[in-house]
Amino acid sequence: MTSATPDSFSSARPDAITLGPVAWAKKNLFSDWFNSVLTVVIVTTFGSGLFRLVSWALTTAQWGAIPNNFGLFMTGTFPSALYPRIWALLAIVCGLAGLSWGVLGRNVSTLFSRSVLIGLAVVCAFIILFPPTRPSSLKLLPMVALVAVAAAAGRQVARKFPGVGQLLSLAWFLSYFVALWLIGGGLGLTRVSTNDWGGLVLTLFTAVSGIALCFPLGLLLALGRRSALPIVRWLSTGYIELVRGVPLVALLFMGQVMIPLFLPLGSRPDRILRAIIALALFSAAYLAENVRAGLQAVPRGQNEAAASLGLNTPMTLGFIVLPQALKIAIPAIVGQFISLFQDTTLLSIVGLAELLGIGKSILANPTYLGRYAEVYLFLAVIFWFFCYAMSLASRKIEEKLNTDH
Amino acid sequence: MAHDSGGKSFELKAMLRDERFWKIAFQVITLIVVLALLSFFLGNLNRNLIQQGRAFSFNFLLSQAGFSIGESLIQYRPNDPYWRALMVGLGNTLTLVAGGIALTTLLGVVAGVASFSKNWLLHKLSRLYVGLVRNIPLLLQLFFWYFAIYGALPRPEEQINVLGLAFLNNRGVYIPWASSAVLAVLGIAATVGAAIAALWLWQWRTKIRIDTGVGGQAQLTALAVLGLVWLAIITLGMNWTVPEGVEGGGVTGGLRLSREYVAALSALVFYTSAFVAEIVRAGIQSVSKGQWEAARTLGLNAGMVMRLVVFPQAMRVIIPPMNSEYMNLTKNTSLAFAIAFPEMYSIATTTYNQTGRPVEVFVVLIATYLILCLLITLVMNQLNRTVQLKER
Repeated sequence: MTSATPDSFSSARPDAITLGPVAWAKKNLFSDWFNSVLTVVIVTTFGSGLFRLVSWALTTAQWGAIPNNFGLFMTGTFPSALYPRIWALLAIVCGLAGLSWGVLGRNVSTLFSRSVLIGLAVVCAFIILFPPTRPSSLKLLPMVALVAVAAAAGRQVARKFPGVGQLLSLAWFLSYFVALWLIGGGLGLTRVSTNDWGGLVLTLFTAVSGIALCFPLGLLLALGRRSALPIVRWLSTGYIELVRGVPLVALLFMGQVMIPLFLPLGSRPDRILRAIIALALFSAAYLAENVRAGLQAVPRGQNEAAASLGLNTPMTLGFIVLPQALKIAIPAIVGQFISLFQDTTLLSIVGLAELLGIGKSILANPTYLGRYAEVYLFLAVIFWFFCYAMSLASRKIEEKLNTDH
Repeated sequence: MAHDSGGKSFELKAMLRDERFWKIAFQVITLIVVLALLSFFLGNLNRNLIQQGRAFSFNFLLSQAGFSIGESLIQYRPNDPYWRALMVGLGNTLTLVAGGIALTTLLGVVAGVASFSKNWLLHKLSRLYVGLVRNIPLLLQLFFWYFAIYGALPRPEEQINVLGLAFLNNRGVYIPWASSAVLAVLGIAATVGAAIAALWLWQWRTKIRIDTGVGGQAQLTALAVLGLVWLAIITLGMNWTVPEGVEGGGVTGGLRLSREYVAALSALVFYTSAFVAEIVRAGIQSVSKGQWEAARTLGLNAGMVMRLVVFPQAMRVIIPPMNSEYMNLTKNTSLAFAIAFPEMYSIATTTYNQTGRPVEVFVVLIATYLILCLLITLVMNQLNRTVQLKER
């Protein structure tokens, strides 16, 4: 009588087996002698390492270099009298980010779920308690509020007018030029020489500019390499393979020297612009390969179906192939953006005061001599945060665009 | 007449609608634009160089370099020519690449396989390592290793003695090594040769056992003999010298790995291995679950399942992206110049600074890295061919 009767079937999931802590440890840590040895070795080595790290951080480490130079880390030698402009820029970015969040989340039942609220609370607590941000917490807290309010507003608006998303893309596009204006001045604002651009602001600015430039270029190169036209294909392939065989630092450094040589006598583009160009030209070659992989993954039937519907080549690419190819390539493309963001650190080698460059100049200050570990750990946390946020965003976009069943 | 002109305009219209025409026209336009840009840039370059009085020429490579280099594989003095200085840089780059590729493969594969461990701690550790290291820029990690880790080692007067075999201080790491460079090269050659011979013997044995089902004893004996010979060469023939601490600080004997070299190597290996670990993980994941289950059903234990069934199949997915990781590592060795390790890029920059010849130095630099990357690709393609699925 062990055979299952039809009425005993149930579509509900089986109950999850929950293990007690001891049983869990036995299963996951001490299942056999090899695992037990591994566990003991890992716990002793990494435990002692962690203990030493924590005790170093709490006793020996002198964290003064970070709060005392927080302005430098964020904006470099940007004149402090003009900080309101940076704050305005931050407010614009926060507002747009909040609106985008609201618009993207218009179909979610509650925008402020428990985990989001906890996240916001953690951010607020961090702003109030973390010594470097404490002096400006009165300005940072409203920014958090702005994000939340904008998100709520964006959600309401997006529910009434579903087309608002395109407007938002336009706003993001325009905000780039507003940022350029707010940082660089001109048009009624005091000019700030690019020598005074620095810190996190410069890192983000070069990264965003590089990404914005390298994406269209990489797309064109990928299409060129996949093209049926031999000359276009050879040129694209040659460019991609040549650039991929050269270290970025060589391109950057020589770009600083060679770009002026390639231009008519006397014209000398700004060095930040030169760095951005080198960064974009370099990343475009890698991006092209990622996009090409996406293009190759689109079945040929899609091309043929489009052709049989009477679409010409540009229309086939724009409406049929590229949307599918880019969707497939998103993880790789974002990965390339992340590495472009990391590559901005190389600008410190050519003498720009982005985050790492500012770190170096602070460490050159006799007051903070030898505070390498503190400063570099702080920078590592900042870079980690942004890179991790990007990969998280890529995963979200992937989920959103996923039409598989 | 009227009819004629109508026909012509019709032909023109037909041509404009013809995709074949546009295919050619588009290529011609692209070519013209690219050529125009190139001639504009190169023309400017030529004018600028002539204006600076430095026409394009590689003759400067023969003139005296005049700068000294901290560490070098080959004999080098400051009055040697530039090309020799560049060779020193290339040699240092190659030592970094060779050490980097060997250690990266080791650490990357271990970290990748560790993410499949049944041990919860090891699994989490592997994921933590990948998630942490991949999201922090390499240059920052390089500075961290150089200044914060190796820079924090004690001074030579208070150096750390590791079991009497190696010494650590803030000038570098001292390890046991063959007493002369020739012996060291011979030892490495013997190791590589023995490894290749052993692999070949093992494959021969496998083939015989697959074909006949028995035998292979002779090959096993040969393997054992090979191992003993290799061991004898390594232990007795190398004339090992062990570093010895000197009273009052410093070390004599052994091999000194400079702080720059070990910092660059650590950063490169630690960073690239995180990417390799992800590649290995993806490769192992690509092996279908049925293969694991079938192997377990045949009674293989966990280690054998991985070694005999899963890993050989994963290799097909792992090898192609490994090529680009090795190329990245090779190119990233150029960052070591930021901590003053005298590798290719650093020497090239010095050469440029002294001669003021950016274009020629750039050409040399690009050619060097392109050739290195090409060599790696050739080897990896060969390797790829051996692990690909053998189909009829």
